[in-house]
Amino acid sequence: MTGPSFWGQAYEIGRKDMRVEGRSGEVLNITIPFGAVALLLIPLAIGIDRPLIASVGPGMFWVVTLLFGMLVTFRHSATETVANREMMVLLGMDPAAQFVGRVSASFLLLLVFEGVLAPLTIVLYNPDPVSGWPVLLVVLLLMAIGLALIGTLASGITSGLRSRNTLAPLLVAPLSLPLLVGASQTYEALSQESSILTPILLLVAVVLGLAVVGVLTARFLEEASR
Amino acid sequence: MPSSPLVQLNDVAVRYGRVPVLNSVELEVPAGEATGIVGPNGSGKSTLLRVLATLLRPTEGRVSVFGTEMGRETAFSIRRRIALIGHQPALYPQLTLRENLVFVSRLSGHSEERVDEMLDLVGLAGAKHRRAEQSSHGMQRRVEFARVILTKPDLLLLDEAHAGLDREAGQLVDAVVENVRSRGGAAVFVSHELDRMLPLVQSTYELVGGAVIPGGSR
Repeated sequence: MTGPSFWGQAYEIGRKDMRVEGRSGEVLNITIPFGAVALLLIPLAIGIDRPLIASVGPGMFWVVTLLFGMLVTFRHSATETVANREMMVLLGMDPAAQFVGRVSASFLLLLVFEGVLAPLTIVLYNPDPVSGWPVLLVVLLLMAIGLALIGTLASGITSGLRSRNTLAPLLVAPLSLPLLVGASQTYEALSQESSILTPILLLVAVVLGLAVVGVLTARFLEEASR
Repeated sequence: MPSSPLVQLNDVAVRYGRVPVLNSVELEVPAGEATGIVGPNGSGKSTLLRVLATLLRPTEGRVSVFGTEMGRETAFSIRRRIALIGHQPALYPQLTLRENLVFVSRLSGHSEERVDEMLDLVGLAGAKHRRAEQSSHGMQRRVEFARVILTKPDLLLLDEAHAGLDREAGQLVDAVVENVRSRGGAAVFVSHELDRMLPLVQSTYELVGGAVIPGGSR
């Protein structure tokens, strides 16, 4: 009996992850509210300096997205027990398909996260309006897929390690730096009406690089985690 | 006439760091038979089962499964023919019992229509929409047996298979093992109690000091 294709396997994993999230409601009920609280507290800490609040708003949004977005992707390592992982292996699952499925589910959840927090940032920080908002939508997409890739990759690398809860965030910090730089520089370039090509290319290159590394190392990481 | 071995372990040793768990293990699991391995807690039974499942590569020695010597690539290609029922049920707590089985059926290329039939067979027709986290250990185990019947493995590995099961579920273990054997497959039990598995097995072994000692054929 042959199983589903690579994409079929990835689809099943993504679907299962979304269903698990739908039942546990971790992103909707816990991560998004905490992210919103973080965005709310920062202007309160800064005070009533409206120009300052407006200028730090976009940066704060990216930082909150990055930090809380990681929690969204790390939830996989919490839901996948050793028994579950071993069952997947014995079902003949392609580890690369598992990687793609998990990244897809995290990507969708991160889009929801960004979709709620981006309007909230506009309301709370009232950042300077920029022309070319469709570009910002592309940046939101690239940031979501980039964070999903980094979080899934970091979970894969630290899976099976006792110190994974400490190691995973330490791994994420340097990997996500180019994403943070790319996203914030795109906004800056838009507000100054200069070229956005370099930061967008940086984001695209990081996403493509992470996707290739993730798919190519999936089997090795899966074997190493056992 | 003895049947040909489905699994063969030659001089297998497993060490976790410097701690030896298995030493010079020699074991043959014949096709069409059930093999029982008994040993006290911490004797390496679960480790041995994971070696047989190709989930753990031994530090030393050779492992041959279905006539193929294990390497990274070969293990990948034959794993679909192996099922392992371990201590912890391999279920997603947030999914219902049915959804867990549907997930397995889709990934293993089996018809989703058979899922209800399997759940009925293991006595879970009335509880199939209950989440795994709201189900008892025995019910979760029954779903695992349904998975085995659905995926039809050639090698079934059971870790403390009867632990925490009532009589009816225990009979289910017997039926599942018989089903695998009747198809020419093999089953391996590991347990710290010999009594419960004795009626089911054709040969027994004992794990002592990391080595497997034959306990005789029945």
